[in-house]
Amino acid sequence: MSELQPGAGGEGALVREDITEYLKRYQRKELLRFVAVGSVDDGKSTLIGRLLHDTGMVYQDQLDAVKKATTMEGEEIDFSLFTDGLKAEREQGITIDVAYRYFATEKRKFIIADTPGHVQYTRNMVTGASTANVALILIDARHGVLEQSRRHGYIASLLGIRHLAVCVNKMDLVGYDRQVFERIRKELDGFTADLSFADVTYFPVSALKGANVVAHSDKTPWYDGPTVLEYLENVPIARDRNLESFRFPVQTVLRPNLDYRGFAGEVASGKVKPGDEVLVLPAGTRSRVKGIDTYDGPLEEAHAPMGVVLRLEDEVDCSRGDMMVLPDDRPRGTRSFEAHVVWMAEADLDPQKTYVLKHTTQETRAQVDRVHWKKDLETLAEKPAPTLGLNDIGRLSLTTHKPLYVDGYQDNRATGAFILIDSLTNNTVGAGMIIGDRERAAQDLEAALKELRAGSGLRPQTQVSPRERVARMGQKGATVWLTGRPGSGRWSLAYALERHLFDLGRTATVIDPTGEDLRSMVSACKAATDAGLVCICAFPSYHIEDREMLRERIGADRVIQVYVNTDPALCAERRPDAQVEDFDPPRHPDLTMALDSVRIEDAVKTIVDDLEKRGQLEAE
Amino acid sequence: MTSETTNAPLLRELPPYALEHLKALEAESIHIIREAAAEFDNPVMLYSIGKDSSVMLRLAQKAFAPGTLPFPLMHINTTWKFREMISFRDQLARELGLRLIESRNEDGVAAGVNPFDYGSSKYTNLMKTVALKSGLTRYGFDCAFGGARRDEEKSRAKERIYSFRDEHHQWDPKNQRPELWNLYNAKIIKGESVRVFPLSNWTELDIWLYIMVDRIPVVPLYFAKERPVVEREGQWIMVDDDRMRLREGETPQMKKVRFRTLGCYPLTAGVESEAETVEEVIQEMLLTKWSERQGRLIDFDEEASMEKKKREGYF
Repeated sequence: MSELQPGAGGEGALVREDITEYLKRYQRKELLRFVAVGSVDDGKSTLIGRLLHDTGMVYQDQLDAVKKATTMEGEEIDFSLFTDGLKAEREQGITIDVAYRYFATEKRKFIIADTPGHVQYTRNMVTGASTANVALILIDARHGVLEQSRRHGYIASLLGIRHLAVCVNKMDLVGYDRQVFERIRKELDGFTADLSFADVTYFPVSALKGANVVAHSDKTPWYDGPTVLEYLENVPIARDRNLESFRFPVQTVLRPNLDYRGFAGEVASGKVKPGDEVLVLPAGTRSRVKGIDTYDGPLEEAHAPMGVVLRLEDEVDCSRGDMMVLPDDRPRGTRSFEAHVVWMAEADLDPQKTYVLKHTTQETRAQVDRVHWKKDLETLAEKPAPTLGLNDIGRLSLTTHKPLYVDGYQDNRATGAFILIDSLTNNTVGAGMIIGDRERAAQDLEAALKELRAGSGLRPQTQVSPRERVARMGQKGATVWLTGRPGSGRWSLAYALERHLFDLGRTATVIDPTGEDLRSMVSACKAATDAGLVCICAFPSYHIEDREMLRERIGADRVIQVYVNTDPALCAERRPDAQVEDFDPPRHPDLTMALDSVRIEDAVKTIVDDLEKRGQLEAE
Repeated sequence: MTSETTNAPLLRELPPYALEHLKALEAESIHIIREAAAEFDNPVMLYSIGKDSSVMLRLAQKAFAPGTLPFPLMHINTTWKFREMISFRDQLARELGLRLIESRNEDGVAAGVNPFDYGSSKYTNLMKTVALKSGLTRYGFDCAFGGARRDEEKSRAKERIYSFRDEHHQWDPKNQRPELWNLYNAKIIKGESVRVFPLSNWTELDIWLYIMVDRIPVVPLYFAKERPVVEREGQWIMVDDDRMRLREGETPQMKKVRFRTLGCYPLTAGVESEAETVEEVIQEMLLTKWSERQGRLIDFDEEASMEKKKREGYF
C-alpha cells in the first residue's frame, strides 16, 4: 500500500512549505465530472476507492473504519468500502442509486457520479451521465465485451458524453495478457465507431492491485498510454460545451429599484458581450445588451455556464421562461418535436395522459403522440412498442401546449434536454433529449436510402394519417374564407389574422392569389387544411355557387365563412377601379363584420374565438 | 495522449472559456438558488451561522444582486449555541439588512432540556429537529435551503439537490426523485416541502478556499485562540457560559483551540491548533488526516446515525 498523502492530491510538501502558493494553484483547477459505470462484480467500487485513496482523499478515521470492516485477517484493504452508501444497500451488498464523490489532484477537481451498471438501473446511469463530461466504464478482462458494455457505451453517447474511458479491469487475473486487452479494444472499437464520441481510450487496469489507475504498472510494459488518473487530468473538455450559440433562459427578473431592471439567468450556452443585439423569445423583440452585472462587478463578456444579470437598452417584455438569443443564431421554435426519452418511473408511459414538461426555465404541458420504437437494452435493436416502461429508452413524438425554443441535444445539451413530470404524483418520470434537425436529417436520409434500395412497385401515396397530422400540429386546421366586395378590407383582415394566430403559436397561412382561378385556390386551401393549417383566403367569391363549391370541396365543417360587409360606398371609394355589379351577399355567413364599424383587432379576435369554439385549434 | 503531459508545469493556464472550479461551483449554486426561489411559493434559508451557511448566504446574495434576498433566513436556536455565534449572527443580520427568523423549541426550553441530562441523540431531536419542523410548519415554508454537502458523510453522497420531504418533513431514501441535468422538479402538493442543497457538490476545502478568495466573514471560533476548556473523553470542550456542568475533577483551563464545526458548545469539541488565519486553517486541515466530523459528537451515536436523523427530518 502506498503511503498516505495529505488530503490534496499528493502536494503534501507544498502544503507544508508554502500554503499560499498551494492555494494559488488550487484555485486554477478545472472541474471535471465523470460518470463511473459498472456492476458489483466489475470492481467499480474498488477502482473508485483506489482513486480516492491514492490521491489522498481518504481520511485516517475512514481508513481505520475500513480496515476494521475488512473481514478476513491478512486480506488486502477492501477499497470498495470507502464508497458504500445507505444502510439498506449496505445490507444488500449492492449500490442502487447514484452516489456523488469528490477528489482533486494538482490539475483538476473531480466529481464522480458513481452509478450501478445492471440493466434494471439504467435510469440511474442516465441520471449520472446527464451532467458528465467523461464516461468511465469497466469491463472484466476475464469476460470481455458483454452486452452491458455496449449498453453503457450507447447510453453515454445518447446522453451527449464526448469522451469514453474503458477500463479493462482485473488484468491481474488474466496475467496482464496484452492479447486479452487488445481483443477487447478491437471489439469495442467496432461498436463505438457508430456512436458520437470524440474519443475512446482504453486502459489495462487492476483496481485491486492499483495497476495503471494512479501509478503505472511494471506488469504491463507493453502499455505506454496514460494511467486512468493521468487521462482524467488531461482529457480536454473546455470545448465540449456549446460556446457558439448564445442561449440565455431567464430565471427571474430583478427590479431592486425603479431605475434597475435586470434579467437573471445562467448562460446556458455560447457567450455574450455588452452591445450585442439580442432577440427575446417568444415575443420576438430585439434589443441590445447594455450591461452584464454580477455581485462582483460588471463583466466584459459572459459565457456558459456563468450566472449573470443582463440589462438591455430597451424596456422589453421579458420574464421567467423566456429566452434571449442572438438574432442570427436562433433555436427552433416549435410545439412538436421528436426526442429520445428514458422512462424513469414504475408506471408505464401513458400516451393518453398529459405530462408536465420542464425545459430550461420553461414549463408546459406535453402529450406523447407516438412511440416510434424502443431499444432492446440487451441487443440495442430498435423494436416497435406501444409505450415505454421503467428503464426503457425510446424515440417519441411529442406535442407541447406552448411553443418551446429548442436545439438538438447532441448540439446543445442545455436547450436540448427536458424532463417529464407526472402531474398527478409530481414525480419525475421521463428524461428527454430532443432530436435536432441535423441528427434527424442524417437519420431520415439513412431511412430513405434504405427504402429506395428495398425498392417498391406501389404508387407512392401519403403515409401520414389525418390523425397524425392533427397530433403533430396540435390543431385540426380550417379554412377561413373571407367574402366581401373589393375594397372591403378582407386582405388586410386576412394578414392581421395570420399574424395573430402565429403569435398564439398556431400554424396559419394566407393563401394569396397569384393569377390563379378560383378552383386552384380552393385546391390549395384544401391541401393546406388537410395538412392541419389554418388557411386564410380572401380570393374573390362573389357568387353563391362559388361559395357552395368551396364549402363542398374543402368540407363544410372545416370552413368558416366570414362576410366582410364594409359599407359599399366606402368600398367603392377605396377601390373605384374594381367594383363589381353582381355581388351576391352571402345568405348564411358564419360571421359578419364591417370594417368601418369594428376595429381590425376586434374582428381578428372574433374569428379566433369562433375557431376555438369550434375546436379547430385543438388536437382532440 | 502521452505521459509527457503529466510533467507540464504545475501552474498551468486554463483553456479559454474554461471556468476555474470554484467559479463553476459558484455558477451551479447560483442557478439552484434562483430556480428554487422562482419556483417555490414560500422559501426560507436555513442559516446555521457556520462556515457552510456563510458561503451559502454569500451565494444567495450573488444570485440576486443588486437586489436583496427574496426570502428570509431562519436560525434554529437550541439555546446552547456558542455565544459568539449568536453575536456574529445578529451583527451580520443588521449589517446586511436580512430578514432573520429564530425558531426554538420553547416547550423544550421551558422543560429545561439540556445536552447533559438527555444524551446527544435525544437532545438533538428535541431542540434541533423539533424546533426546525415547528419553524417550517409555523411559517408554511415549502422550500428550505440547507448548507449540507455530499462529501460530509456517506449517507449524503446519494442525497439529491432537491430533497423531497413529506408532510411530516420526513425523508424517504426510496422515494427521491430522479435528478437530471440542471432541471429540478419543484412540484409538490400543499404540506409537502423540499430541502434544497445548493452546496451539494462543494467539498470542505472548496468552502474554505471560497471563504478566503471571497473574503467571507465567519465566526472567529474557527480560528485558534486561547479559550477556557475542559478535557472530556479525550476531547476539548469549551466552557462557554456558567451553564456548563463540570464533572468531578474537571477544571477549566486555557488552551489554544479552534473549532472545525460549530454547534452546541457542550457537544462540539475543539482541536488544539495554532491556525489563526484562513490559510493556516486550510493548511492544518490538509495536513491533518482527520475527518471533519470528528469534532461533532452526535455522529458517533450509532452506525449510520445520520441517515436515521435525516429520516426523522433533521438534515
